[in-house]
Amino acid sequence: MTDVIAPATTTTYREAIREAMSEAMRRDERVFLMGEDVGRYGGCYAVSKGMLEEFGPERVRDTPLSESAFVGAGIGAALAGMRPIVEVMTVNFSLLALDQIVNTAALYQHMSGGQFNVPVVIRMTTGAGRQLAAQHSHSLEGWYAHIPGLKVLAPGTIEDARWMLTPALEDPDPVIIFEHAGLYNMDGDPSDGPVDILTASIRRPGSDVSLITYGGSVPKAIEASRELDEEGISADVLDLRVLRPLDKATILKSVATTHRVVIIDEGWKTAGLSAEIAAIIAEEAVWDLDAPIERVCTAEVPIPYARHMEQAALPQVPVIVNAAKRLVGR
Amino acid sequence: MSSGEHRLHLLERMLRIRRFEERCAQLYQAEKIRGFLHLYIGEEAVATGVMEALEPDDAVVATYREHGHALARGMDPGVVMAEMFGKVEGCSRGRGGSMHLFDSSTRFYGGNAIVGGGLPLAVGLALADKMSDRSRVTAVFFGEGAVAEGEFHESMNLAALWDLPVLFCCENNLYAMGTALERSESQTQLTLKAASYEMPAWEVDGMDVEAVEEAARKAVESVRAGGGPHFLELRAYRFRAHSMFDPELYRTKDEVEHWKLRDPIELMKESLVEEGLLDNEALSEMEDRVRGEIDEAVAFAEAGSWEPVEDLTRFVYSEVSSS
Repeated sequence: MTDVIAPATTTTYREAIREAMSEAMRRDERVFLMGEDVGRYGGCYAVSKGMLEEFGPERVRDTPLSESAFVGAGIGAALAGMRPIVEVMTVNFSLLALDQIVNTAALYQHMSGGQFNVPVVIRMTTGAGRQLAAQHSHSLEGWYAHIPGLKVLAPGTIEDARWMLTPALEDPDPVIIFEHAGLYNMDGDPSDGPVDILTASIRRPGSDVSLITYGGSVPKAIEASRELDEEGISADVLDLRVLRPLDKATILKSVATTHRVVIIDEGWKTAGLSAEIAAIIAEEAVWDLDAPIERVCTAEVPIPYARHMEQAALPQVPVIVNAAKRLVGR
Repeated sequence: MSSGEHRLHLLERMLRIRRFEERCAQLYQAEKIRGFLHLYIGEEAVATGVMEALEPDDAVVATYREHGHALARGMDPGVVMAEMFGKVEGCSRGRGGSMHLFDSSTRFYGGNAIVGGGLPLAVGLALADKMSDRSRVTAVFFGEGAVAEGEFHESMNLAALWDLPVLFCCENNLYAMGTALERSESQTQLTLKAASYEMPAWEVDGMDVEAVEEAARKAVESVRAGGGPHFLELRAYRFRAHSMFDPELYRTKDEVEHWKLRDPIELMKESLVEEGLLDNEALSEMEDRVRGEIDEAVAFAEAGSWEPVEDLTRFVYSEVSSS
C-alpha cells in the first residue's frame, strides 16, 4: 500500500505578500496599493506582479519618484477613510519620506488630542545579501522602532508574510512592514492564519540558549539551532515579529528558561534594536542570566558590494553557533 | 445676504482674527500662552476670503501660523484659546498648542509646523475624495518659503498628474522667517512654478478680502467641477514679527509702515464707510461684539483644566478602532 499524503501547499515569501494584498483588495474597496513601479513594472522585487491586471491602475497606482509626496498622500488618503498600502522600494529610499512618516503619520493622533488617526500601511524592503551595496542594503528597522506612534512589523516567515497584512490594515494607526530582500524567494507553508501583530513567537523551542532575532535573520537562527542540536545544545529561537511595541513578556520568559541569550540583528549594534533588547533583559531579568549577553550584528560599516566583504559584514550561522557555544561553555 | 451685509460679515470675520491675536500677544506677555506664537496680523484677508469659498465638508490643511484659518474655518474661539493655554478643553487637548490646532468637525487637519509638510497630506486627502467619487475640495495653505521645499514640487506634480481636487494657497508674505524671497529663490514669480506643472495659477492681492474671495470662489468652483488642482499666490504682508522671539533685523520699519497703509481691515472699513454701509456706531457695535466673543473665549480658557499627568501616554495610539 502507498501512503497518500497531500503535499503541503508551499508558496514563496513574495507570493505570500502578493496574495495578502490581493485578498485585502478583493475584500475591501478602501484598500489600494501605491508606489514606484508597483503597476506596469510589477514591483521592483516583483511582489505586485499581476496585480495591475486584476485591480486596474486606480488601485495599483504607479507613482513618480517622489517618496515624500506619495507616502504623504497615503497618509492623507488614510486620514480621509481609505486603507492605503504604500510600497517604498527600500528602507534607504524611505529616508526621503521620513518627514511624512515621523512628523505626520506618527504624530497626528497625538497632536490632535486623539481626533485624527492614520490607518496607513507602509511596506518597504530591508536588508542585505544581494550585492546591492550600501544604498540598497541597510537595515534601519531600529530607526522606525524608535518612534512612538508607529507600529513596526518584520515578517521572517512565510506565514507572517501571508497573514500580517490583515491585522496591519485593520489597525487604526500607521504600520510599517519590513520585508527582507533575502527572503523573497524563500518558500514554505503559509498556513491558514490569522496571526496577531502583538506578540513574539518561538520558532523552535529550546532550553539551553535563547536566539533572539527577527526578519531576515530568522532563517539563520533556525539553521544555527539545528546545528546546535547536533552538538546537544537546545536553542530557543525567538522571532520578535513585532519590533514596536516589543513583546517583553515572551523575551523575558525565554530568558527565564534558558538563562543565556544571543541577540542576532542585521542592524548595527550601536544604539540599535539589539541594544534595546539587551537593555530590557538587563533591566528586568539580569538575575536570570548565567552568562553575559552575546550580540551578533552587522559590522559597523556601510554594506560593501563585493560578495565576500558583504558576507563578512553580516550575521552568519557559524558566528551565531559559536556565540551560543561560548555561552554554554563549549 | 445682500452684498453689503456680506461685506460687513467679511469685515467682522477679519476683525475677529485681528482682535483675537492681539489678545494672544497680551496673553503671551502675561505668560498664559507659551512656546512659539506666530501671529497672522496683516494677513487676515487671505484665510477669511478663501474660507468663504469652501463648503463644510471640504478639508483644510494649514501651517503653524493658523489661528486665523482656524477661526475663519468656524472653529470655536474658546477651544482655540484653551488650546493656546494648554488646557484639556483645547481643540487638541493641550497636546498641540498654537502651532497644532486640529478639528475633525470642520475637517481642519492642522496646524502642521513642518514647512511644506502639509502639502503631501493635502494631496492624499484629495486622492481619497477622487477615488471615492466625492466632490470635495482640499485647500492647503503654505507660505512662499515652502516653495523651496522638495515636498512642494513633489506634491504639485502629483496633484496635477492625478488631476486631484486640491486648492494650493500660497501665502506670499515676502519673508520665510527672515529670508526674503529674492534671497532664496532663483525664480521669484511663483505662478510660473505652478504653471510648469500645468496648473492654473493666479496672483491675487491678499490684502483685499473681496479679491481673495472672488479668486478662491472661481478656483474652488473649477476644482470641484473636475478642473484639477489650482494654485493661488496670495500676496500679503505680516505686520508683526515672525514669532515672539523675532527682533526683525531683516526688514525696515518704513517697509512695515508702508504695507500697513494697505491694512486689509482698514481698507474694508474705508470702503464700507465710503459707500454708507458702515458708520462709527455700527463699527463700535461690531468691535463690542468681537470683544465679547474674545472675552468669552479667554474666560473659557481660564476656567479650563489641566489634563491629568496620568493621561500622559494616551493618544500615542488610537483608543478606538477606526474601522
